[in-house]
Amino acid sequence: MASSHRDKLGRPVIAVTGLGVVTSLGIGKDDNWRALTAGQSGIHAITRFATEGLGTRIAGTVDFLNGKPETAADLSYDMAELAAGEAIGEAGLTRGRFPGPLFMAVPPVEIEWPQRLALDAAGAQDKAGYGRLISGARAQNWPWPYDRFVFAGVAERTAETFGTQGAPISLSTACASGATAVQLGVEAIRRGDCEAALCIGTDGSINTESLIRFSLLSALSTKNDPPQEAAKPFSKNRDGFVMAEGAGALVLESLDHALARGAQVLAILAGIGERADDFHRTRSKPDGSAIIRAICNVLADAGLATDAIDYVNAHGTSTPENDKMEHLALDHVFGGALAKMAVSSNKSMIGHTLTAAGAVEAVFSIMTICRGRIPPTINYTEPDPEIVMDVVPNTARDADVTSVMSNSFGFGGQNVCLIMTAP
Amino acid sequence: MTGAPVSSDRDALITGIGLISGLGEGARATHALLAGPEPVRPPVEEKTFAPYPVIAMTEIDLSTQIPRRGDQRQMGPWQRFGVYAAGLALDDAGIKDDEELLGRTNLIVAAGGGERDPEADDLVLDAARSSDDPAGSLAEPLLTNLRPTLFLSQLSNLLAGNISIVHHVTGSSRTFMGEELSGAMALEVAVRRIQSGQGDVFLVGGAYNAEREDMLLFYELGRHLWQGDPAAGVWQRAEMGGGIVCGSMGAFLVIESRAHAAARGARAYARLARVASDTGRRDDEAAISARLERLAAALEGETGQGPLGYLCGASGARQASDMERDFIDRLARNREVAVRTFGSVLGHGLEAQMPVGVALAAAALDQNRYYPPFDPSDPAAAGDMPAHCIAVTSFGHWRGEAIAVVAKAD
Repeated sequence: MASSHRDKLGRPVIAVTGLGVVTSLGIGKDDNWRALTAGQSGIHAITRFATEGLGTRIAGTVDFLNGKPETAADLSYDMAELAAGEAIGEAGLTRGRFPGPLFMAVPPVEIEWPQRLALDAAGAQDKAGYGRLISGARAQNWPWPYDRFVFAGVAERTAETFGTQGAPISLSTACASGATAVQLGVEAIRRGDCEAALCIGTDGSINTESLIRFSLLSALSTKNDPPQEAAKPFSKNRDGFVMAEGAGALVLESLDHALARGAQVLAILAGIGERADDFHRTRSKPDGSAIIRAICNVLADAGLATDAIDYVNAHGTSTPENDKMEHLALDHVFGGALAKMAVSSNKSMIGHTLTAAGAVEAVFSIMTICRGRIPPTINYTEPDPEIVMDVVPNTARDADVTSVMSNSFGFGGQNVCLIMTAP
Repeated sequence: MTGAPVSSDRDALITGIGLISGLGEGARATHALLAGPEPVRPPVEEKTFAPYPVIAMTEIDLSTQIPRRGDQRQMGPWQRFGVYAAGLALDDAGIKDDEELLGRTNLIVAAGGGERDPEADDLVLDAARSSDDPAGSLAEPLLTNLRPTLFLSQLSNLLAGNISIVHHVTGSSRTFMGEELSGAMALEVAVRRIQSGQGDVFLVGGAYNAEREDMLLFYELGRHLWQGDPAAGVWQRAEMGGGIVCGSMGAFLVIESRAHAAARGARAYARLARVASDTGRRDDEAAISARLERLAAALEGETGQGPLGYLCGASGARQASDMERDFIDRLARNREVAVRTFGSVLGHGLEAQMPVGVALAAAALDQNRYYPPFDPSDPAAAGDMPAHCIAVTSFGHWRGEAIAVVAKAD
């Protein structure tokens, strides 16, 4: 094709033609954007389950959907369906006939405590532990669909709903998962496997146990009161992240495919970069070398110099460790250019949407380009003197943003960066 | 088509295998056992999880691949099996200590849910039982009984995380989930990336611990477990109502481009020609037929002449077995098919099933010796034929179907 659009490395240029999002701030791009640029927080006291006696009693749960999702798998599916439906609508594609594969970041799926308790009650009284649960499972037919407990279930349901092509990939790279879903879509289109990809990150997995598990790792903020001030990335008094739920969806296409069907191009997905850490299960290498390499890799992949990035949508979890290391890496890579860059954290308002975060924040990064306004880092009242950056404190800012880097760094050492540019 | 395909610098070659199962350790040793003169019976453990037979992992010396006890303590058995098998694969490929190469080795792990701590769950259930409001009073027993380190062993992506930490594989790290299909798709993405130049070296695989009550509970909710004659092969089980025998296993493969392998003088077991996968509902005959035809098409141009070696990863789950029978019939329309159900001797390893099947295929091609039947119903054809190409399939016990085509390296 003579008019074929290729990047500097000869690969197909990737267009983003549809976006969708759900967070604790609401359903859909417009509601989310209004709240996000108003500096509004979606963090609140948990009402889904009893929190007495727990150090952390706040989260960004999504409790306002119709129906009452019974499991993490159900809520994760419901949010993904809303986000993907919005993205496909914006892209002008037909629900049920998506012209490419599905790459989907999903949270842990398993039998949960309500089911365990029901099985236990139905089980043989002379047995203990899993022996009793298994006897309970055998005692009667249970109404739960099997697809709630298989990992493939959420993506299979989503693939059926939207009619994506071939088998979907369900994936997890912890807090980088949403960005990994985008990465897989970009790679598949670049190598010519497909012309389009639906990339989703979703996470509706907040329950008593998941909250306690993250608490035991000392990862969560315990500043419960007021909830909306708990997440304070880059602040001196930050004390942990706030768990949250949400979903983000992106429709990617080769630019040729998008233009040929007359689609509106929202942004170019210009670069992907990755590097795994081998230092520790929950901490980065002290010299930041793994995340530095991830950032260098995304710049090289996009073919951009350090002065070409206008804005960084930070991982910015509000943990003492992450924010320090993220700043160290940015300072190392961008040097003097960092002073002219805006770096803000959506997590100050929406919390950490975990598996979904990379996709949710990619959506907000592209909206930042499209709408010419940078969402702030709220709760920034005590700057960390070690972190000297323009964090877009507390108030959104109008800005002509043509290129954004979005960072996602996960427990387990999986680090992914994305670069998106104006079309 | 009959001729071998033209070799390319971008061919995906298998240059290292790490394989562990109930039958032992190492791809060559496992091949020698399975292809040897004595029929192999599955090493089934009948009592521990009765009425469900399972196949436990062979004895392994963790310290040889996970030297630090601190690292071992951070993992459950599933992760230890995986990290151990990954180490064997890196050793076998001769890249274990090549820091530069490990720094650009891409890791793709097929993982399930992390293992629960049955003792902790037991204590939580016990506390809940004596409460008026069991669901509302979980916080306290959970807080008391959950151990922070074991949370990490419960995260799906921490098998990959531990491989990075223990073996320093850091080029990239992806974890695919989704039961059987994830093992196939991990291999599929690696092959496609190598063939298109999106990377030169990959470490791909998965592991499964069959001695897990939380997984037995999961399977029981779907009524998928076998409870009859513990030594029955998969076809026998399928005919008597169907059922899975879980088997502990782990397989990791070092896969690299032909050019990269040649440049460092690496020896290849086999070429992973392609992997194809699909999924969909299993109540639509026409859709199933179309999917199976597409999978069969993956063999075009690769099969050579003579009988087709076919390592079928059947689990014994009934619906999947019906589709597997249908698939064999389709393949057998054109040629003799030497079906070998390795699940009859190794059990079923979910995410690890396809990587294990590919490891067995690569070992057979390397040794130029195929396997005898593993199940009395496996057709006896071509017992010791020198195979040119071996098809491996893994059909999910619930959903998903995949085929890998493994061929002679040169």
